[in-house]
Amino acid sequence: MNTPFSPVTAAQRPDFAAIANWIKPESKILDLGCADGALLKFLQQERGIFGYGVEIDDNNVLSCLKNGINVIQSDLESGLSGFVDDSFDYVILSQTLQAMKHTERIIGEMLRVGREGIVSFPNFGYWKNRLQVIQGHMPVSESLPYHWYDTPNIHLCTLGDFEDLCRQCDAKILERHVMKKDRLISFLPNLMGKLAFYRFERNKRTA
Amino acid sequence: MQDSNSVGIVTPQYVHIDKPLELKSGSTLSSYNLVYETYGKLNAERSNALLVCHALSGNHHVAGIYADKPKSTGWWDNMVGPGKPIDTNKFFVIGVNNLGGCHGSTGPASIDARTGHHYGANFPLVTVEDWVETQAQLADHLGIEQFAAIVGGSLGGMQALQWTLDYPNRLRHAIIIAAAAKLTAQNIAFNDVARQAILTDQDFYGGDYYAYNTVPRRGLRLARMLGHITYLSDHSMATKFGRDLRDGKFSFGYDVEFEIESYLRYQGDKFTDLFDANSYLLMTKALDYFDPAHAYNGDLTAAFKTAQANFLVLSFTTDWRFSPERSRDIVKALLNNNINVSYAEITSAHGHDSFLMNDAYYHQLTQAYMNNIEV
Repeated sequence: MNTPFSPVTAAQRPDFAAIANWIKPESKILDLGCADGALLKFLQQERGIFGYGVEIDDNNVLSCLKNGINVIQSDLESGLSGFVDDSFDYVILSQTLQAMKHTERIIGEMLRVGREGIVSFPNFGYWKNRLQVIQGHMPVSESLPYHWYDTPNIHLCTLGDFEDLCRQCDAKILERHVMKKDRLISFLPNLMGKLAFYRFERNKRTA
Repeated sequence: MQDSNSVGIVTPQYVHIDKPLELKSGSTLSSYNLVYETYGKLNAERSNALLVCHALSGNHHVAGIYADKPKSTGWWDNMVGPGKPIDTNKFFVIGVNNLGGCHGSTGPASIDARTGHHYGANFPLVTVEDWVETQAQLADHLGIEQFAAIVGGSLGGMQALQWTLDYPNRLRHAIIIAAAAKLTAQNIAFNDVARQAILTDQDFYGGDYYAYNTVPRRGLRLARMLGHITYLSDHSMATKFGRDLRDGKFSFGYDVEFEIESYLRYQGDKFTDLFDANSYLLMTKALDYFDPAHAYNGDLTAAFKTAQANFLVLSFTTDWRFSPERSRDIVKALLNNNINVSYAEITSAHGHDSFLMNDAYYHQLTQAYMNNIEV
């Protein structure tokens, strides 16, 4: 009756592996919009982390329970009031940012609750996306599989856009990875990269 | 009445506990009886025991039916049974009537052996902590060192919570449903109106109505009617009864006219035949007193410092008597202590009573969690 998912491998989910590379072993993690808990499970296996997922969708919450992942059913749009300041080593927002209404607020909340934040999102500046726009259409691709009228992605951005937001939110970017499939992209990342990863922390102001 | 997944015919069992019980109030009970039922089999390792704690008007008869009473289905039969969310093929499930109750465990309506009379007003007030202590005595009696899980809704959830504080090593999982770490002023207020209804009934006789061969029927009935209103949601009452009239028209009098009146009066009347007024008073007091954070200056996080169990906390969106907010207080305290916890807020129209209902998502969540408990 209970069908737990089979553990994912780094080869199957290079995006998970990219995040895992940044995570210190045995850290405490909060995964926002954790879906069925696969990333947390992966990080448990690879890094021995302890953590919780936050998820709004009933089916995903149920999947997390089936998968033995700690999950808190809650709406990210209303913030992280259930979590105290500085209570996690990392707060992760994996491919969820673009679907959020209150983008600035969630970045602020990540900086409040976590010592570091990790965000990944599909790069709207990827050349194929740009090409489709030039050809007169909103992009539809593997990483953006929806049509303009049914997409949950309401806040798409490019690498440059996100970096501007970080400045505005007083977030200091510590590291950036840009990927295309399972490859890291370093040449013209805003044009060549499909998926962007950022690790950031609160800007430490000198008093 | 019996479905194929029922635990079938069940028989209550009794245990007499001779070890004096020092109550939180300062009183002592030199001995007492507990009535309980069990379903499923205790495994050889004694690692699959699961305790179900009951709420205000519940009892030890959690599941199954009595041989001589075809309509006696247990109060949580939709949850407990073979193949059900709390699967009796896996767990050895125990239901126990709380001390002070009126279904077989020693309570105000029992005969005090020292006097030969009903305890009545002499029965001491008991608390959630006291119940946990008696349940631990029952566990000792059954040879259960550690429960796989302790499960409870409402006041039952409070007992499961208290277990994790008093005996952190004696349970591995706590399932806390539609509960709270303390009652709000509004909630205590409802309880007090219910108590006043009983206490001011002229048949109450200061709690010694047994000697007068009567019961404070009107008071208990009112208390139950009030309680019932608070267990339902505005929406569920509107859907179920609306403004429907029993005879289709006003009769311009005070007899039953609206269907909701008929329903509440029926529920109130039925309850007076099944429940003892003193037990009702005592149970509502136990609810009011419960506040594990009190000893920590109101800091619930500090109260949970010693807890070790893994938690599943569930609440229902339309429950205004034990609102999701109260469950989130519990979750927050657990998160602050790095305790394994999952929390789900179940969309349900049925108010506080949702925890007794057969809701697909609710049951799937419980089943999923239970399936992952190692025994």
